[in-house]
Amino acid sequence: MTTPTENNVRAAGAEIAVIRGGTGKPLLILHDELGYPGWLSWNERLAQERALVIPLQPGFGRTERIDWIRSYRDLAGLYSQIIRELGAAPIDVIGFSAGGFIAAEMAAADPRIFSRMLLVAPMGIKPVDGEILDIFAVTVRNHLLATVADPANTPEFMEVFGARMTPEQFEAFEDARSETARLGWEPFMHNPSLPYLLRGVQIPTLLMWGTRDRIVPRGCIDAYRAALEGAQVALLEGAGHRPEMENPAEFDRVVRKFLAA
Amino acid sequence: MQVGYFTERPYRWLPEEEILKNGGFFAVSNKLYDREKAADDYHYYLDENCYAEELGFDAVALNEHHGNPICMGSVMNVEAAVLAYRTKRVRLVLIGNPLPVIKHPLRMAEELAEIDLISRGRLVTGWVRGAGSEQFFNNANPAYNREMFNEAHDFIVQAWTRPGPWRYEGKHFHYRHVNPWALPYQKPHPPMWIPGTLSPETVQWCAEHRYPYIGLGTPLVPTCDLWDFYADEAAKHGYQAGPENFGYMIATALAETEEKAQTIAEGFVYGGGQNAFSAPQYTMPPGYNSKAAIRILAKQQTSAWLGISGEKVREQMHGPDAGALDYAEIRRKLHAALLRGQQNMQVIVGTPQTVIPKIKTIMSVLRIGIFVILSIQGPVADDDRRTSMRLFAHDVIPALKAHAKEIGLLDPFERAPGSVKLAPGAKRAPVVDREWLKELGLK
Repeated sequence: MTTPTENNVRAAGAEIAVIRGGTGKPLLILHDELGYPGWLSWNERLAQERALVIPLQPGFGRTERIDWIRSYRDLAGLYSQIIRELGAAPIDVIGFSAGGFIAAEMAAADPRIFSRMLLVAPMGIKPVDGEILDIFAVTVRNHLLATVADPANTPEFMEVFGARMTPEQFEAFEDARSETARLGWEPFMHNPSLPYLLRGVQIPTLLMWGTRDRIVPRGCIDAYRAALEGAQVALLEGAGHRPEMENPAEFDRVVRKFLAA
Repeated sequence: MQVGYFTERPYRWLPEEEILKNGGFFAVSNKLYDREKAADDYHYYLDENCYAEELGFDAVALNEHHGNPICMGSVMNVEAAVLAYRTKRVRLVLIGNPLPVIKHPLRMAEELAEIDLISRGRLVTGWVRGAGSEQFFNNANPAYNREMFNEAHDFIVQAWTRPGPWRYEGKHFHYRHVNPWALPYQKPHPPMWIPGTLSPETVQWCAEHRYPYIGLGTPLVPTCDLWDFYADEAAKHGYQAGPENFGYMIATALAETEEKAQTIAEGFVYGGGQNAFSAPQYTMPPGYNSKAAIRILAKQQTSAWLGISGEKVREQMHGPDAGALDYAEIRRKLHAALLRGQQNMQVIVGTPQTVIPKIKTIMSVLRIGIFVILSIQGPVADDDRRTSMRLFAHDVIPALKAHAKEIGLLDPFERAPGSVKLAPGAKRAPVVDREWLKELGLK
């Protein structure tokens, strides 16, 4: 078993809480808009061969909010500065949902920052068809439930989120949702210029999407494919917005294959 | 003592089931909107406000809400402009313009200046943050709500007082050319009264700016706590708060008989009443409440403090209670809530004889310089509404004014809020009288 650690990294004028676990080549993980859910089975599997580096987004509770960050592009700029300052580029990245948005903004600004880019149900580009669920106009409970296709039959989801919500959890979710609103309220969880700035980016990219995703529609994947020539698509049959929880074995297989290619 | 009249101008032609089914007033489809009836009611409510002037109220108060049949005032400044022209004496109290959701403080400064000019200085302009649902309706980022509120307010005061033209580059608002050719009639600008449902941040802000704070039907005990908080903050700013700093609004229904009063008062819980303003997902958009408020809310799930019911927080966290759509059961609960509200002094119902002592008690507890009645909600007939107003004006107002005089309740026009200096470190005087709470059985 890996015991992940949490330390603060000071770089680029900021102080960011970072979770680390595993050994091997570093792999940057950008969590989603509800925050880091804890060390899960997929982390454990991947940590056998990679050193996972998971920054906790400013404003999400563990890392202080940074007032000048007012958009996903601002946040991506800060993360890129940190990576440059630490001399960590190029690095492999996995971005989940809004974390995918951050990764795509980083790639658009500096195509040499990533060696491989895996975007899981990424937000960030307006879907060519359908809409990203308005996660601000649902209760936090309904938001959570919408992240998996079949909550009751997703053991890891029930383990992490199934119990009665504690005041501390409620507060953490409110922190996450507030900061997400601050950055992504309008235009809603996308940046109209992002697809244009992604043109010509040559980073090997995999777009992963669960076929029963209720948060991010297939139209987002299609929009990314149109912007990123050569991006591959992996569909996870029956999974929702958290394939890493809903089908960890298949998720692990696809991720390893992509990262090893 | 200033006595004001206020109505939400309810849309009265909506079947109650539509509101209950929707889980609140906000977001009921406007396919149910009847334009003819709405036109009639805009005329009726404007006339009703003129009638309030005729009856002798000191002020008529207006508000606005968006996308919500609980209140027909979608753009209150339009109604205020009509009343500015039509009335001659009453103060026009706006409680208030939702600055962060309008997002155009320069335009707001111009509109209000025109209203103040047309009324020849009768405008009292208040500000609000806008309800949670209004952040959605107006696509106003709730995480910046308070920042935008503060910035818009500061900008408007400048636009009214600093000779132009000048340029403004703020965080949320930007103007190249600030030089409005409509400045308020009142110098330096109209008074501001701030309504609220007990958000401590707003109370603190009011104390800092010496603005009277008006509790909107808030429970008496926490209202006392917040008055104390206001007064403590006021002391830090070097003044003694008094009745001129405090106002209170309460739901009030009167009739010739007790029985009739009880019947029309059911309008206060029509469709769920104020608690059904919007469903939970629209009441608490992310970032709208401060971190401190969220912490209190998460822990006090049974409390209605801060104007958000425990029920809403519980639903936000754990999902709705089962069996919520049994209409008869819902109505039974709402009726019980109305009776409970009367016991807790949150709703005042009766004949002038029974109403006077209750309101006098509230005045004694809260020591307010401004008292506003919230007129009957729901589909209550014009005649019943006007009878309630008439009884209040003829029989109740004189008794309240005499009581105010007796216990020394000065209003903001009799003594400027913040004008009583308090030396640094000096002990402030009490601003509430909790002895009366014991008499009411409230702790």
